[in-house]
Amino acid sequence: MISALLVMALGAVILGAALGYAAVRFRVEGDPLVEKIDGILPQTQCGQCGFPGCRPYAEAIARGEADINQCPPGGEEGIKKLADLLGREAKPLSGEHGIEKAKSVAVIVENLCIGCTLCIQACPVDAIVGAAKQMHTVIATQCTGCELCLEPCPVDCIVMEPIAESVESWKWQYPVFEIARRSA
Amino acid sequence: MSRRLFNFNGGVKPPYNKEASLGEAIADFFAVAPMPAEFVIPLHQSVGGPPHPLVKAGETVKKGQLIGGPDGNVSSAVHASTSGRVKAVEMRLMPHTSGLSALCVVIEPDGKDEWIDHAPVPWRSMSPGEVRDALRDAGVVGLGGAVFPSHLKVNPGKQGHLDTLVINGAECEPFITCDDMQMRQRPDGIIKGAAILRDLTQAKQVLIGIEDNKPEAVAIMRAAVDRLQAERIEIVAVPTRYPAGGAKQLIRVLTGIEVAHGKRSTDYGVQCFNTGTAHAIHDALELGRPMISRILTVAGNVDRPRNFEVRFGTPMNDVVALCGARPDSDRYIMGGPMMGYRMPAETVPVVKATNCILVGSKAMFPPPPPEMPCIRCGECAKACPSDLAPFELFWFSRAKIFGKAQEYHLFDCIECGCCAYVCPANIPLVDYYRFAKSEIWARENEKSAADTARERYEFRLAREERDKAEKATRLAAKAAETKAKLAEQQAGSDAKKDLIAAAAARVADAENKTNAS
Repeated sequence: MISALLVMALGAVILGAALGYAAVRFRVEGDPLVEKIDGILPQTQCGQCGFPGCRPYAEAIARGEADINQCPPGGEEGIKKLADLLGREAKPLSGEHGIEKAKSVAVIVENLCIGCTLCIQACPVDAIVGAAKQMHTVIATQCTGCELCLEPCPVDCIVMEPIAESVESWKWQYPVFEIARRSA
Repeated sequence: MSRRLFNFNGGVKPPYNKEASLGEAIADFFAVAPMPAEFVIPLHQSVGGPPHPLVKAGETVKKGQLIGGPDGNVSSAVHASTSGRVKAVEMRLMPHTSGLSALCVVIEPDGKDEWIDHAPVPWRSMSPGEVRDALRDAGVVGLGGAVFPSHLKVNPGKQGHLDTLVINGAECEPFITCDDMQMRQRPDGIIKGAAILRDLTQAKQVLIGIEDNKPEAVAIMRAAVDRLQAERIEIVAVPTRYPAGGAKQLIRVLTGIEVAHGKRSTDYGVQCFNTGTAHAIHDALELGRPMISRILTVAGNVDRPRNFEVRFGTPMNDVVALCGARPDSDRYIMGGPMMGYRMPAETVPVVKATNCILVGSKAMFPPPPPEMPCIRCGECAKACPSDLAPFELFWFSRAKIFGKAQEYHLFDCIECGCCAYVCPANIPLVDYYRFAKSEIWARENEKSAADTARERYEFRLAREERDKAEKATRLAAKAAETKAKLAEQQAGSDAKKDLIAAAAARVADAENKTNAS
């Protein structure tokens, strides 16, 4: 009886020690779920979800504080992917956070720009170059289309232009063919 | 001379329809046709980054002048096809299924067709890197149809030499005879080009594979090898079966090497060039002529199918006009019936990828019969020359499960069309694969753009943090400095007071002395 108890106790101590060691040795820094959610979000850093950037939104989703349908740039497909990842039901985009738009880039109308640098300070990805009292311009390939530069511009010289389809970015359409009907 | 040949799985034997365009010799388009009103030369004619324009509207150019400079390493130059005046550098309709436009240099010919100064490239005394640059600047790209920049392929590989250099003269696609005619009429250039490639890649042997339905080409090429006494070059007739002209398939047939998924043929010491490309490399290095024209076949619904040497930028309908398109013709297909693309208009220009203009009509290519459900009969898997499971790819592409499609090696599909050709349910399988591939590419581009954006955003946050910290230390340092200065001033004022006191004491002293005396 006592020997059985001792054996069990010894087992518990050894396993406990092993688990305790593993918890310290193989500790996961940060939350891997946040990384995965952040990987799905489009990284426009636009703040339309109500959080200051994609990562804070990902953290809020992981904590269960935010819903998965608050990201307009991610659109339907992003919501579907988040739903798959989190094992939830996909739902339509929440209207209060905005609508899904065609991908576009900011363009500075150069003859109106006064060189105030306000848009440069607003751009979350440093995609606007320029200096005080010098013309500013947007690096189109780096622009995420977040529209955060529109509001601070005092002369409204920034416009959003949808990205035109080019031969390189063109996609083959989903084949649509008439399915054979059985002759009556 | 019997060489052991190997076999690739699958493949089909469609009607070849090649005889019609073999009757007449290659005609130089310039010699037999009126000068086109304008040449529309697209800047982006090869795989890789689009070249940047080097000319402006109003400038005069000479034939062979560089008009598009390569951007980066995976890019190839573009040259003026004839002498004349640059009318515009603008967006024009591309010979591409999308019907979209891209940047083109429009040249109004002056009729003189005057060459720019050019000289042979002393490639034997140049380093491999310099030869590659010369080929890039001569705009040499693969003429088999994939238009991959050739300079990237002229590479002996990791082991420093190739075991086998394969020159692809198989030309398996129906209707197309441009390589066949070039081998018959210009064998010397091809053999010399192959010899240059042999020396550049240090290849131990060169095998020129030609399908055995071209006995004339095989005989002429063999005679040329003997006449030129080309060493280590062998002409090999390979069995006729579509797609024997696919690079991986021809390598398999000639060497028995199966290029595995995710590997390149150079990993096995094998590289493959088209016969037309070998000729173009000869022209570029031995004659110093950049690539400004190619041989193409006009076939299909025309009265007089034949081959032409055509400058890039020539409108396709100008070329077809020489062959007499029948009145019921309603489409141009660039390439053959198996892999070709329908052109958005008849006026689109001939480009480096145009190996054939196939004129079609409703009678010739009737609308495809209605698609029926897949019954998993497995015919497509038997026909697939890349050893894939086309029906699985079809299911996953149709259901938009792209990850699974990639797991089944969608990107090993060469879009040869064998599966769709044999499908008893008339499913346009390749259309589904093309759809899935372009969706996957778009997603990958989006993903990499998002990753860049994340990186830049995080960098910005870090920079703001750093700026704040730097400002704080700067302010702290300044505060300390001010304090020190104040303290010093305090000390300074004390010293002054002492001085004044001392002076006052001295004055008082002096006064006392005067009073005393």
